[in-house]
Amino acid sequence: MKRLSRYRRHRFAGPVLLVFALFMIGTTFSVASATTQKSASTLVRSAAIDEGRQIFLKGCSSCHGLNAEGGSIAPSLIGVGAAAVDFQVGTGRMPMADMSVQAMRKQPAYTPDEVAALAKYVASLSPGPAIPTQDVVNYERDGNTAQGGELFRTNCAMCHNFAGQGGALSQGKFAPSLMSSEPVQIYEAMILGPQSMPVFSDKVITPAEKLSIIKWIKATQSEPAHGGASLGRVGPVTEGLLIWTLGLGLLIGIAVWLATKAR
Amino acid sequence: MSASERVGGQVANYVDERTGAAKWLKKNLTKVFPDHWSFMLGEIALYSFIILLLSGVFLTFWFDPSQREVLYEGTYQPLSGLKMSAAYVSTLHISFDIRGGLLMRQIHHWAALLFMTAIVAHLLRVFFTGAYRKPREFNWIIGVGLLTLGIVEGFLGYSLPDDLLSGTGIRIAEAIIQAMPVIGSYLAFFAFGGAFPGDTFIPRIFTVHVLLLPGIFLALITVHLMLVWYQKHTQYPGPGRTEKNVVGYPLMPIYMAKAGGFFFIVFGVIALLSALASINPIWLYGPYTPGQISAGSQPDWYMGWLDGLVRMAPPIETHAFGHTISWNILVPGLIVPGILFTGMALYPFIESWFTGDKREHQLLDRPRNAPNRTALGAMSLTFIIITILNGGNDIIATHFSLTINQIMWFSRIGIFLLPPLAYVITKRLCLSLQRADRDLVEHGRETGRLMMTAEGEFIEVHEPISKEKAWMLTQHEQLTALEHVTEDEHGIRNPKTMGGKLRARLSRADAEQIQKPGGDSHKEIDSY
Amino acid sequence: MSHELEPITDPGLPDHVHRAADTDPVAEKRAERQVAILFALSAIGTILFIASYIYIPTTEFIFLPVLGSTNAHELFLGLGLGLSLLFIGLGAVHWAKTLMPDNEIIAERHVMRSEDVDRKGFVDTVKEGAAASGLGRRSLIKRSLGLSLGLSALTPLLFLRDLGPLPKKQLETTNWKTGTRLVTDPGDRAIKASDLEVGAVAQVLPQLLTGEERTLSNIGKDAVLLIRLRPEEFELSPERLSWTYEGIIAFSKICSHMGCAVALYEQQTKHLLCPCHQSTFDVPRAAKVIFGPSARPLPQLAITVDSEGYLIAQKPFSEPVGPSFWERSS
Repeated sequence: MKRLSRYRRHRFAGPVLLVFALFMIGTTFSVASATTQKSASTLVRSAAIDEGRQIFLKGCSSCHGLNAEGGSIAPSLIGVGAAAVDFQVGTGRMPMADMSVQAMRKQPAYTPDEVAALAKYVASLSPGPAIPTQDVVNYERDGNTAQGGELFRTNCAMCHNFAGQGGALSQGKFAPSLMSSEPVQIYEAMILGPQSMPVFSDKVITPAEKLSIIKWIKATQSEPAHGGASLGRVGPVTEGLLIWTLGLGLLIGIAVWLATKAR
Repeated sequence: MSASERVGGQVANYVDERTGAAKWLKKNLTKVFPDHWSFMLGEIALYSFIILLLSGVFLTFWFDPSQREVLYEGTYQPLSGLKMSAAYVSTLHISFDIRGGLLMRQIHHWAALLFMTAIVAHLLRVFFTGAYRKPREFNWIIGVGLLTLGIVEGFLGYSLPDDLLSGTGIRIAEAIIQAMPVIGSYLAFFAFGGAFPGDTFIPRIFTVHVLLLPGIFLALITVHLMLVWYQKHTQYPGPGRTEKNVVGYPLMPIYMAKAGGFFFIVFGVIALLSALASINPIWLYGPYTPGQISAGSQPDWYMGWLDGLVRMAPPIETHAFGHTISWNILVPGLIVPGILFTGMALYPFIESWFTGDKREHQLLDRPRNAPNRTALGAMSLTFIIITILNGGNDIIATHFSLTINQIMWFSRIGIFLLPPLAYVITKRLCLSLQRADRDLVEHGRETGRLMMTAEGEFIEVHEPISKEKAWMLTQHEQLTALEHVTEDEHGIRNPKTMGGKLRARLSRADAEQIQKPGGDSHKEIDSY
Repeated sequence: MSHELEPITDPGLPDHVHRAADTDPVAEKRAERQVAILFALSAIGTILFIASYIYIPTTEFIFLPVLGSTNAHELFLGLGLGLSLLFIGLGAVHWAKTLMPDNEIIAERHVMRSEDVDRKGFVDTVKEGAAASGLGRRSLIKRSLGLSLGLSALTPLLFLRDLGPLPKKQLETTNWKTGTRLVTDPGDRAIKASDLEVGAVAQVLPQLLTGEERTLSNIGKDAVLLIRLRPEEFELSPERLSWTYEGIIAFSKICSHMGCAVALYEQQTKHLLCPCHQSTFDVPRAAKVIFGPSARPLPQLAITVDSEGYLIAQKPFSEPVGPSFWERSS
């Protein structure tokens, strides 16, 4: 592993890893689709764990170690819990496509069943935060939109922007947009603090408050444009761009027409 | 005589017997205005101002300039039940409960952006064509004053709703005031009625925004327009256009229809923009509290350069004798803007100092024929563009996969390297355009037809250009460098004075031109 | 190919070229019709405006490509108004361009400078006036007038004195006192050290005493950010280390540069970033500035726990929070 990690900044490291990852995804998929049929017949807990372990060995162990003990380029997964797996793999952030500054949200490499199996396997290694159940994340019932907005502006807007559009962090990292985030994933992110994000403990932001934040984010995701095109909801930068290009451009065009002699 | 003519005549007679207006009107209704699209930029600014007055009055009918804390229980559900200022609540009320209120808010804000945009575009036109030269220096200074006031007025205006974004801007403005040596904290406490944010600044800036500054605007704009009227408009060079005449269309009816029509066009475009594109969605920003912040907090574009300068400033403070001087705020927040605006206001005088040209100019320069000025303009513009880009570095970083640190370092280094580079490139570009003009006059235009000479060589046939075109390309005068500036009145060389050296250097830079064809200058500029 | 050039002279204004509408009655009729159509379109715009005002409820939304779901009332009101105004303008300009006479007119300019006789007359008038007032001779009047005008200029300054109180020690002090509990913002709940996991943050304010109101001005200097690290990650002086509690470190959230809320904590790099001007502070090294324009670390609040285990301030901030000012001594 040490020898391998020496090459991680090599200029071919990215492409090589990408090819490797694609290969792994491909093989895992063929293996996984074969194994799903098997697990359907034997719905025993240990079987699910075993299936998760198989997926792990194919898709994750090259970085996280054969027993999830971590490696030089990836952290240990012992004790991170099922919620972490559900968040990282369920949003497509893991497996990483390349060794960039942060894992990107993308199309998940595994089916929901596979993610669940993987989560069960990782959770079996050592207890950690569990995936919140649908009953826990019942934000429609237990959340308050306006209160959630206030909490969001105090605790989240500094990174994710006032409307959850995301924003820049230092050194090329960024807080992602929340416009396609699912309630369970948002909840998991708050209790886990994935990547650059800090943890929001239950005593600091209570579970009820977390649901309010989720309710506000869901409301903002479907917030209509009250006064026309939203221009990305990133503040005055796009407004300035529009007035210089379309606004002044259009008027200069008309002024040229106005000052040209008719034929 | 028809009935309407009779009534019209009676009214005119009634007014003229009491005012004597007929004489003035007879002369001025036929006043000539030259036609060019770039002369409409100032009009866009003027019309935006009128639209701002109209839409602004509408907004004051419902806006409550108060920081009284109230519980919001209005129509906009995502904020229902939160505590916020009455100013913010009334802005929500205008946006969601008054029919056309949101449209009017957006018209007001888009018109403000267009106002500033048109002022800057107008300023660039005036600069690059040399329209600020004698006798128009006063109007240039008034223009710089209007630009400065516009920045302040715009900033105060978007601060009124007391939302999270504008409150952050006010916080930064307060920090700049507070950073002033000796008087800073006193000024800040007087301005805010105590510690930031207090509960008085919204009513105070409201009065300044709707009464004091618009009053000054009206006065300055009136003087600006009266001077344009009295001095008559400048014109672009061309056949038949001289320093002593003005060629164009009469006010009545052509210019009235065109300028009047253009007002409706500007208003129409702003209304369409306001219907189709959202601006300053304060309900998304949330009410202001100093403990909250949004990623990508930016000012409106006309303050963006200031924000960009502040961002790129090096982290330097002086602590001595129990006092603090924040160079990291003072330099980008007060000193550099002070130098920029003073330099801009004084530029007509600086130019006439180093060219030694004290004559009136009614004909505009083609930018290429004033390479030194055009290059200086490009240099300043490059400076401002870098600062504006850095002001939006976080938005640029996330949208173009860059890092804020890269953009910041690019700006910190580029702010010193790129403006001089822009000067050199622009000057060379102007000179090669002059060379192209010269070729065109001397050799005619390329026809694209090939001809074989007796020796079997192919040459392209050139046709002489028209008299009008030739005049257009050669009418400008070319000043020579001042020789005497390093000598005193007795003819003794005195190269030691800094001013003299600088003047000689600038004068030489200004005189670098491609010798135009056709011998000496044909431009008739006599001192009247 | 080069030939001797004639001196180039001003050929004068080019001959007027007639427009189609000047010579061709059909073109003239067409232009007239176009202008009328433009004005008619404006009228349609106004009708759209009126109809939208009356018939489209303010709560009606419509889905459009690019715009998304947008408020139909505001949209059609704006479109109606915009079209109504735009077409008046386009019609007027088209009318002026195609049908009004387009002969260019030459007007002579007059010189700005007044005639010499007028200038002399002006100077004489001023001199006469000055002499008649005796301002030059009566130096006692001149000086006393200067004094009174100068002094009266002070009155506005005095009038403005009550705009605000003197700063006194307000910029140096906050509401954090020895033993003040840290409570969540928003929520006002006291918190224990065990409530924060490693990697967790909390936005806190000083607990209010009964009867106290929290004003925005208070939040503007009291806001604090708690961050929990592993204790071994700190690189602090022994004194500063004693200001932390079990890996929990507290900083003023008011930026030491220009006062924005610095709450953007990156858990992996342990950096705090200010979204306003991107000053970056390194948390394990007592918020040392590692990037951006801020010249000072964020002030650190000394914390500990009380007998019930709730986090409290050990003592007030040891330096002023927020942006710099002249009287600040460090």
